[in-house]
Amino acid sequence: MSQTEAIATQMHSATGLPSRKILMWAFIGSECMLFGSLIITYMVYRGRSIVGPYPEDLLNIPFISVTTFVLLMSSLMMVLALGAVQRGDMKRGKMWLLATALLGSVFLAGQVYEFTHFVHEGLTLRTNLFGGSFFLLTGTHGAHVTVGVIWLLSLFFMATRGRLTRANAETVEIAGLYWHFVDVVWIVLFTLIYLLV
Amino acid sequence: MVHSSEHGGEAHVGTRMYVLIAAVLAVITAVEVMVFYIEALKPVLVPVLLTLSAAKFTLVVGFFMHLRFDARLFRALFIGPLIVAVAVMMAMFLLYGVFTA
Repeated sequence: MSQTEAIATQMHSATGLPSRKILMWAFIGSECMLFGSLIITYMVYRGRSIVGPYPEDLLNIPFISVTTFVLLMSSLMMVLALGAVQRGDMKRGKMWLLATALLGSVFLAGQVYEFTHFVHEGLTLRTNLFGGSFFLLTGTHGAHVTVGVIWLLSLFFMATRGRLTRANAETVEIAGLYWHFVDVVWIVLFTLIYLLV
Repeated sequence: MVHSSEHGGEAHVGTRMYVLIAAVLAVITAVEVMVFYIEALKPVLVPVLLTLSAAKFTLVVGFFMHLRFDARLFRALFIGPLIVAVAVMMAMFLLYGVFTA
């Protein structure tokens, strides 16, 4: 895609604001409602399981603190990627995009390890209220992280092929908004699920 | 350090500020975990952790997502549904006695 075509794709609405960015913020607003409903379900069912394993038997705070730190740092990598692309520094832009995707993958690996450990300890979706609401909430978040990692990797490969330039930095900005939102959701989940046991 | 960006006249934060914010986020996370393990803070655990979490939330949304510097419409599109979601959550938590059970 040429730079002219890229600029043409960044359509602006009647408000003078980029249409795609408006759409992404509206999507993020709707996601607040989705995660809000899942958080309500988890919190209402919290402490109401009549059979174990219970959260205090399984949750590993030091381990999840490390994966939380990894996800927070991925947000830093994301803003650095956007800054580099906006400056036209595609070499650094690619590097930070890849770093963001890698940190996201590390977070996902941690979640896979945690889920596997919980299943081995006897907690599944059907075991009790904790299992059902925990896997639904953290699994939905994990699915969002997975989509984010795929999105970031596709941007990285687009940049590698020269199809992502300074002219379409808005594409990276929109992916960044999604990625930061996923991080923000985890900030809330980390406190509510793991620290307020 | 806040300076104007070339994109749509939006103000963006510089790299140093981003690194500083990330460091603050890491420190707050460490404080959250410390607070969790301090027995003396158990009676105030819920308000302390919710405050620290809200601080992290605000930093990421305000600076990393640039909402602090972005158009009002974007703020409305995010904060409107967020207020509705939080209000519904609070209502349900009160109804089911989530923090009092």
